[in-house]
Parts: sequence; structure tokens; C-alpha cells
Amino acid sequence: MALELRGITKRFPTVIANDDVSLAVQPGEIVALLGENGAGKTTLMNILFGLYTPDEGRVIIDGEELKHADPGAAIAAGVGMVHQHFMLVPVFTVAENVILGLEPLKGFDWIDRRTARKLVTEVSDRYNLSVDPDAMVEDIPVGVQQRVEIIKVLIRDARYIIFDEPTAVLTPQEVEEFFQIVRELKEDGKGVIFISHKLNEALEIADRIVVLRDGKSVGETNPRVATREQLAELMVGRPVLLTVDKEPATPEEVVLRVDNLVVLDDQAHRAVDGATLEVHAGEIVGIAGVQGNGQTELVESIMGMRPSLAGTVSVGGEDVTKHSPRQIHQLAVAHVPEDRQESGLVLSFTVTENMVLDSYYDPPYSRGVSMDWDAATQASQRLVDEYDVKTTRVDVPVSNLSGGNQQKVIVAREFDRDVKLVVASQPTRGVDVGSIEYIHARIVERRDQGAAVLLVSSELDEVMALSDRVLVMFKGRIAGEFDPMTASNTEVGLAMLGSEGGDDRVAS
Amino acid sequence: MTELPPDNQPDDAMADVPEQPSSEGRKMMRRMTGVDESWRQALVVPALSILLALIVGAVIIMVTDVDAWRLMREDPVAALGEMLEGVWVAYRALFLGAFGSVRAISETLFTATPLILAGLAVAVGFQTGLFNIGARGQMFMGGLAAVWVGLHVELPAVLHVSLAILAAIVVGGIWGGITGLLKARTGAHEVITTIMLNFVAAFFVLWALKTPAFQEEGSNLPQSAPLPESVRLPAIFGEQYRVNIGLLIAIAAVFFVYWLMYRSTLGFEFRATGFSPTASVYAGMNVSFLLTAVMFVSGALAGVAGSTMTQGLPPYTVTSNFAGTIGFDAIALALLGRSHPFGVLWAGLLFGALIAGGRSMQAAAGVSVDLVIVMQALIIVFIAAPELVRTIFRLKKAKAEPAQLTKGWGG
Repeated sequence: MALELRGITKRFPTVIANDDVSLAVQPGEIVALLGENGAGKTTLMNILFGLYTPDEGRVIIDGEELKHADPGAAIAAGVGMVHQHFMLVPVFTVAENVILGLEPLKGFDWIDRRTARKLVTEVSDRYNLSVDPDAMVEDIPVGVQQRVEIIKVLIRDARYIIFDEPTAVLTPQEVEEFFQIVRELKEDGKGVIFISHKLNEALEIADRIVVLRDGKSVGETNPRVATREQLAELMVGRPVLLTVDKEPATPEEVVLRVDNLVVLDDQAHRAVDGATLEVHAGEIVGIAGVQGNGQTELVESIMGMRPSLAGTVSVGGEDVTKHSPRQIHQLAVAHVPEDRQESGLVLSFTVTENMVLDSYYDPPYSRGVSMDWDAATQASQRLVDEYDVKTTRVDVPVSNLSGGNQQKVIVAREFDRDVKLVVASQPTRGVDVGSIEYIHARIVERRDQGAAVLLVSSELDEVMALSDRVLVMFKGRIAGEFDPMTASNTEVGLAMLGSEGGDDRVAS
Repeated sequence: MTELPPDNQPDDAMADVPEQPSSEGRKMMRRMTGVDESWRQALVVPALSILLALIVGAVIIMVTDVDAWRLMREDPVAALGEMLEGVWVAYRALFLGAFGSVRAISETLFTATPLILAGLAVAVGFQTGLFNIGARGQMFMGGLAAVWVGLHVELPAVLHVSLAILAAIVVGGIWGGITGLLKARTGAHEVITTIMLNFVAAFFVLWALKTPAFQEEGSNLPQSAPLPESVRLPAIFGEQYRVNIGLLIAIAAVFFVYWLMYRSTLGFEFRATGFSPTASVYAGMNVSFLLTAVMFVSGALAGVAGSTMTQGLPPYTVTSNFAGTIGFDAIALALLGRSHPFGVLWAGLLFGALIAGGRSMQAAAGVSVDLVIVMQALIIVFIAAPELVRTIFRLKKAKAEPAQLTKGWGG
């Protein structure tokens, strides 16, 4: 009894996506398939699920070979897949989505909504999914939508469940809940394949970790003995620095001052409710906090993208509370935005166009009314080389690049001038390990050159590793200040949840 | 399923950006309007759509051939032959009517002129993510302004023509700009406001043409006095042919729009706003200004189209429906031209040929000119449903550039 991939090879016109990869998962086991973007994880799973035919190798499920590429056969054999992008109808209820496309069961007709509801409720109760069968899919959070996908798979009697980057769309709390569900599935004897490029998650959840690199299986380890450093080296192919290498900060004059700022969110709630903070030249101040405590609105307001209700923001002594994004940009402020695909880049623009996205209006890129694309292309080529952006050419759409390289485009654009202040939101979210190391190094480099850095991240580890001072944001206020050298993650974590603690100097 | 969408980020628009279509909606619109396509993609589907439309058109000619159907019971082979001959005759007349003589070519180019200009107007909007359905109204207002200048200003020919066109640019631009401003300030959707402003413009023209400012003295008809010689667009093939310098203006506009959208600083902002309003705000662009500005440009182009239908249309007495259906044909044309200025140029020439040829097809082959409208519509249906065309011709999914291939399989 097992699901096995034996010697899978899959070639595409220019690349070998899988090169003699073997993988097996037993019932009641969680196997993490770890690899950087482009390592061939998704191709392998698509072969397993019958979407691609392998050029060589076999897929064997409980002793039966899966001969032809056919998702129907894979489902019938007991394989279920939860895709990264959910396949749900937003305007249908949960129950309707679950029965959609299901073969009519005995005594069960697809019009029979009551049975569908009952089925959903049963599965939901059994695995503690707490999903309301009558809720409209568009009304429920992403984390719950994912559970609907899990229910779909379970109702189809899957014994082996593949999760393709399941945590990419989840908030940290949702990730915790998700892991709990995966553990329940394991208890129930399901075999789980967990595809990820996040080391911590693989170490936390898996019984066994298989690492792919450039289409090859480069190692298999036990998470109880493996370290993050070993895994990262396996994934990237060279030793990777996971901790941030930096000297103690030498803070100088105040660059960014936020005073009693109040900002409303889209629903007109006071997302930022009297936040006060200072960032000095030559230091990195990290803002830790559970997502949704006003960090997003704070940064948007500092950058002039969201009006504030009260309070002031000043940069280098100049009051910028009412400044436009461009005016703030012109005060030598660099901004790595939280949502790189929505705000930081125009995805269908080329690398070059994105490289000049916020400086296009001045020489050398603009000669008054017309653009100088030659100058822009040259600058873009230089930045691509300098910031190690991996792309075939600079005139391809930036959407062709991997997440890490897209982020490097933003970093290159924002850092390639004299900056006094860096505001970096989630600078490494969804970015592969190698690029994380790189981006962290660049941020520290900026600090050492005298810039003030405000870092916002929902990854506590990142905040603790990179910051010289850590502020905790809770319900729109700065709820505590910590020294990352002496404070423990637990202390900071408690403050993030709103309990007393930390040094209150800044909040008062 | 093998092709993962490039972005998986939740779609949350910024608070201070006027309402824009959701990112899904924008993607859909980009796919339909052809913004953001490689040139090869941009060629294949329209070309095949035209071919399909010709085939369906042939079927329509055949099944509407009443005489041949009568013959069907007695001699099916002869009936079928007659039907095919009907198709041959009709398409031959269509082709000759479009390209068969200097007059035919003149008619094609003459018909294409306002189509190209109005098509550019719509395409510029598409590039910025705006659906300008108001080309008709902008043509009306621009054209009327040109008429006013024609009737009330006395100038030597070159200056008079130029001033009239300038008036059309300004007034058409303002008429379009109103929509942009409403969208920027209040979030009013441009589709609604342009449709409504079309009505306003149409009835304004109807009223204006009955006022002494436009009417010929002693006339009670809702039409303008004849425009003076000095404001008429000069013919370029000679007086006996209708094609005039409007065509040259249209071609110049094609190059201007190309420069504007792809080479100018403003065009960079236009396109950025169209693709991602959120990123434009982040990049410090003034989205409200850009929406207004692009609608001004769009309206100005439509205004020029309107002026070619007044200053350039013999007998130079302007009636209340001088904009015709050009404002709507322009949408089809921009879609066919994949929102690219050069694409619009070719699409305009094609539609010009179809319409000009259709008129002589009706005369020579007795096939209604409505067939041309049906064919235009079919072309657009096929373009809007590229998967249908790909399936019919068993094309593979558009081959992406090599670099893009990696997207499908990575982890």
C-alpha cells in the first residue's frame, strides 16, 4: 500500500523538468516536496495527477500502475489534489461546489442539496473543518475556501492528497489551522504530499522531506535531524545564510517620525489608531504584528497612498502628512510595497518599463514629453546585472520572472539611488530562499550606508533577524518595543497577541 | 490547468483610486481588446476570424438564394451550382467594389478615414483600461464645432480647414474629457456616461441644426447651410473622387497615437494606469488626471473623425445623423485591430473595403449590403471568442516566448 513515482523523467522543449525522480508516500505519512520555484515540483505532481504523461518512469498507486495521463483515472485510484489556485465557483454555496462534477452516487443525485449538505457537514465535523455548507464561497475567507477544496477531495474518497503550495495564500493564523487539518488527515490514514518552498513549514509538518533541485531529486531527510541550513543548501545548491549577518547599528538623527497617526481602512475602521514611532538613520526598525493590525494602512499612509485622519508623518524633518506618493518618493524614500504583483509592478510591462516605473518622468528616461527608451534599457540592463535579476532579456514581461526575481526588480529600482529612508513591506513574502538572503543583505547594506529602514513583516523570524529594534503593532497602536538581541520570540509573540509586556516607552 | 495564471494575489484596490474593474475583469478586457499581446497572437486570430466570416457569409448568401431553393427539388446539383455562382458573383462584386478601380479604391479609403480615426479613439481608451462607447457623441460634438467654424469664421483655405479641425479636436476632447473627469472624481462608470452623453450630443446636434447659427436662411430643414469652399477638406485624387486629406490626417493620427502610447511619457502613464491602477498610484502617477487626459485624447480623435464627416463629406450640407454608426463600428474596429494603432489602420481599411465593396455588391449582385454588417459582426464575435477560432482551425494555444515556458512547470 503506497503511492509511488518511479524514475519519472519529463522533458520540455528547452528544459528537463523532471530527471529520474522517484518518490513514495505511505498511508498515514506526510511527505514534504521541497524545492525552489522552477525546481520541477509542480510538473512532478501534475504527472502524478495525470495531467502530463511522463517521458519515462511509472506511477503506481497501491500496486496498480496508472497507465495513461488522465486525471479521472488518478481520482478513481484515490489521488486528490488541492491546487494552489482554487477551482471553486464563487457564487455557489459550499455544498454546491462540493458536489459539482461528482459522479452520481447511489441514492445521491446532484440536485439533492440536502444530501450534499449532509455530506459536507459529515466530512467537516469528522476533520474539524468547521465549514458551513450553505455559505456562499465568495463570502468565506481564503483559508476556509481551501478547506472546501479539501472536502471536495475527501468526498471523492481520496487516500492520497497532494497540496500544491497550500500556504502561499494563507495568513499565518490560517497556516496553523491548516497544519492542524493536515495532521487530522494523517491520523485518519491519508497519505499527504505537501509541496512547498518554505523550510520552516516543511520541517514542522512533514515526516519525511524530499528536496528537488533543477528537476532532480537531490536528497531525502528526516525533519527531526535535518536543519534549516542543510535543507536550504540542498535546495539552492550552495550554502545559504539564513541568519542575517550584520554589525550592531549606529543610529543617528531621526529620519522618519510618525506621531499619533490615525488612518482608516477601506471599511472606515480606525486601522491605525494613534501610532507613534521614530526611525533613525542607520538603523532597521522592524514592525511585528499579526496581519491586519494596521501595518498595511500605516505603510500606505506614510507613503502618501492613503490619507490620514489625524496625526503627522515627517521625513527628515519635513512634514509629509499631505504629500503625494511622488513627492515622498522625491524625498529619497524607497518603498518595497507589500503586494508586489498588484502595487509594485505592472505585470504585463517589461522588466525595463518596471525598472523606471517611478522615475520615468525625469531625465535620463524622459526628455520632456517623450521617453528615451534607449537610456531606460541601458539602465535596466545595468540594474539586472548589478542586482542579479535572472531574466533572459530586459524586454520580456516581468510576469515571466519568478517571484524572487520580480522582487529583485523592485529592490533594484528602489535602491538604485541615494535613499534616506527605506520602507519595506513583506520584502521576502513568496520569495525563494536564495533571493531572501540576497534581499536581506541589500537592506542591511542600505542601513550601513546611513539609511533609515522601516521593515514590516508578518514573519516574526524575519523581523527578529533583520531588525535593530522591534516594535509590535497591535490594534493600530505600537504596543511594545523589544531588543531583538535579548527578547525571545515568545515574548514578542505574546505582545503581538495583545498581552502586556515589552518596553512601553514608545507607545506612551 | 497546465498554464497557471501568473498572479495569485488577492485583488484589493486602493481606496483612493476611482473604481476600476477587478483584476479578473481587467484581464478579461485585456484579452478581448488585445492589449498586452505578442504581435503574432495579434495577427493570427483576426486573420482567421475574417476568413471564417467570409465562409459564414458565403453560407448566408447560399441559403438566402430563393431562386436556387426553388430549383432544389428538381435538380439539386444545378441548384447548388447556382448557389455557388451566387457566392462568386457577390464576392467578386464586393472585391471589385472595394479595389477594382480608382473610384473603388477612393471609396474604400474615403469610407475608412473616419473609421480609422474613431477606431483610434476607442483603442486609446482600451489601452488605458477604459471602454469608450462615446465615440459617436464625441464625433457629433467635434463635427458640429467644425461646422460652426466653417460657417462663422472667414479665413483662407489652409487656415480655415486647420482651425475647423482644431475646433473639432478641442470640443470632441472636452466631450470625452467630461467622462474621464466624472470617472476620476465620482467613479461613474465610463460605459454608462458615454452612452448617455451620446444621446445628449445627438439631440444637441438635432437642435443646433435647426437654429439660425447653422441653418440655411429660409430653410426649415434640420441641416446646415452648405459649408464654404475654404473649409472643405481638399480631395487628393482629384475632384471627381471623394477621398480627401482626411485620410492623410488619419494616417498621421495613427503614427501620433503610436508615438503617444509607446514613446511618450504620458503614454507610459496611460498604459500603466490601464494595466494596474494600484501600481500607478504607487508609482506616483496622478490617476485622476490620467483618466481625464486619456478620455480627452480619445474624444479628440473621435472629434476629428466627426470633422471628416462634415468638412469632408460632399455635398457639405451637414445633416443630423452625420456620425452614422461609425462610433460603434469603431469599437469593433479597435477590437479587430487589437487596440494597436497599426492594427486599427488595417482594420479600418478592411472595414472601409467591406462597406464600399458592399455597396457595389448590392448594386451588382443583388445581395443586400446588410450582409457586410453581418460579416463585420461575425468577425468581432470570432475575435471575442478566440478559443472558438482556435478550435475550428485546430490551433494550439498561442506559443509563448521561451522564457515564459518556465512559468508552467516551476514549483
